[in-house]
Amino acid sequence: MDFELSPEQKQVRDLCREFAQEVVAPAAAELDREHRFGYDIVRQMGDLGLFGLGFPEDAGGAGGDFLSYCIAVEEISRADAGVGITLEAAVSLGATPIQEFGTKEQKECWLPDLLAGRKLWAFGLTEPGAGSDAAGTRTRAQPEDGEWVINGSKQFITNSGTEISAGVTVTALTGKREGARGEISAFLVPTGTPGYTVEPSYRKLGWHSSDTHPLTFEDCHVPAGNLLGKQGAGYRQFLHTLAGGRVAIAALSVGLAQACLDAAVTYAKERQQFGKPIASFQAIQFKLADMAMEVELARMITYRAAIAYSDRGSVEFRKLASMAKLFASETSKRAADQAVQIHGGYGFIEDYPVARYWRDVKINEIGEGTSEVQRMLIARELGI
Amino acid sequence: MKIVVTVKQIPDPNAPQKLTSDNRLDRGGEAVLDPGDEYGVEAGLKLKEAHGGEVVLVSMGPAKAADAIRKGLSMGADRAIHVSDDSLAGADALLTAQILAAAIKPENPDLVICGTESTDGSTGMVPPMLAELLGMPQATFAKQVEVKGDKVSVHRQTNEGYEVVEAQAPALVTVTAGVGEPRYASLKGIMAARSKEVKKVELSALGIEKGSPAESVEGVADAETRKAGEVIEDDGNAAERILAFLVQVKAV
Repeated sequence: MDFELSPEQKQVRDLCREFAQEVVAPAAAELDREHRFGYDIVRQMGDLGLFGLGFPEDAGGAGGDFLSYCIAVEEISRADAGVGITLEAAVSLGATPIQEFGTKEQKECWLPDLLAGRKLWAFGLTEPGAGSDAAGTRTRAQPEDGEWVINGSKQFITNSGTEISAGVTVTALTGKREGARGEISAFLVPTGTPGYTVEPSYRKLGWHSSDTHPLTFEDCHVPAGNLLGKQGAGYRQFLHTLAGGRVAIAALSVGLAQACLDAAVTYAKERQQFGKPIASFQAIQFKLADMAMEVELARMITYRAAIAYSDRGSVEFRKLASMAKLFASETSKRAADQAVQIHGGYGFIEDYPVARYWRDVKINEIGEGTSEVQRMLIARELGI
Repeated sequence: MKIVVTVKQIPDPNAPQKLTSDNRLDRGGEAVLDPGDEYGVEAGLKLKEAHGGEVVLVSMGPAKAADAIRKGLSMGADRAIHVSDDSLAGADALLTAQILAAAIKPENPDLVICGTESTDGSTGMVPPMLAELLGMPQATFAKQVEVKGDKVSVHRQTNEGYEVVEAQAPALVTVTAGVGEPRYASLKGIMAARSKEVKKVELSALGIEKGSPAESVEGVADAETRKAGEVIEDDGNAAERILAFLVQVKAV
């Protein structure tokens, strides 16, 4: 068993860390305060090759492995989790399903711009009445004169409303099946298709530098060629998509947890009370030691799950993905909580980044499968 | 055109430097591509973009120096030659120049680019020695390098400004930070570097007899710490006293 990163993975980490700390981190506070999407940062991330990192060279990517991509998400999120989710959603939820299930024409049409970061693609699964129970989808697509007509709405869709959003993959019912579950298929809906409306953005608790909207579809016509993969394959497709995304969200959580630890260590060394730095008090040291231990454990299982994802034969992948997502997200939540606690009153005001970390971190336990769903999935793997 | 850039792996300059018991730099910790050499790679890549051809990295160093070479390849260099031999540990400037010359000669480059000096040893002796051994004219401290036909023209940085120096190719130039910020290795570049050629060369293959060292370190002493300056407190005539001081040191 080898716990060392390969030379390429180390180089990816160093490069992403340098870029994130020099370019992403200095802009984070302002983007957060102004609830602004960082177009310039996304463009630079595209130039660096971040969006195509994990895709094969013949598709226009860099040919890196899934772990390299997760390391990139971790380092970007350490600087700004809102930018981290922009990258994660664009890659894991946007481009990956097109690469994995798309036809040659669909890939040629969309992937070059997506892998270069010139355009973003969104993934519309969640609905007002279908969150954890994704099979409860109500959005419908009906065949009509060689086209599909989509009606319904989607909730909380990342990257759907930017100036560079090229479109969204939406899941919709395309028929009835035996039993309770309907037949679900996925469709590619380009931005600007009549009947497809991106509603005004939400007022979110955190992730202010990311772009999130509700979507509505009213008699939205797309050509037959916009069906992603086979009719009825939607359910299997999104289970696969979400499982990969879970590991990437775990990586995002590790990055944010590391940022909390970094900020807390720095502050504890500077802050003087009773004539010495608070880092010299055992009460603070124990907090920092626990944070450091948990961050390292979260990173370990996240990398382990990322390697299992690349190893397509791994029977353990689903379990590891859920465990990584669950443990890393809850670690990041505890780390943010302790980082604010160590900052005392200063942690409650926006002059220090930990207040932003604390607001950004909560969604980690919710997005791409809540902690409750992850526990349910892990229990299922135990044969209960 | 064929451009050779010499590169060296050095101990991370941001970490504290230690000496071993025989007064050699401790190279056991984190190591990086010499930041000075990154400017050399950048200058080489710019010339390749303008004129075509290839950029070949040449390095002498232990096996782990492969990481520094890989960084240069990730930035866009085409291939590399890595001279690695345990008996070369602690090589002085002359031996280093001899090794590099022997490795570079068979390549017949049009241009050899070096950093002005290494960031760890800082002797600045290797590039001039290397030019001599290769029989090439040298142009040093270049903040700009241009190739026009078979001439190499550089802007040579001086205290007052710069001189324009021209040399007949093949030539050797040493470059300063003035050539421009080294590019980030792109992620595609990192992955592409996996399949680029790094030719490993041992000392025996170069036909060099290792003689006795030309330099030896006799002793090491700490640099004198700077003395505290004079503090001038403003009691109404501080400006005159500062002016008098500046006149005294001929600053005005």
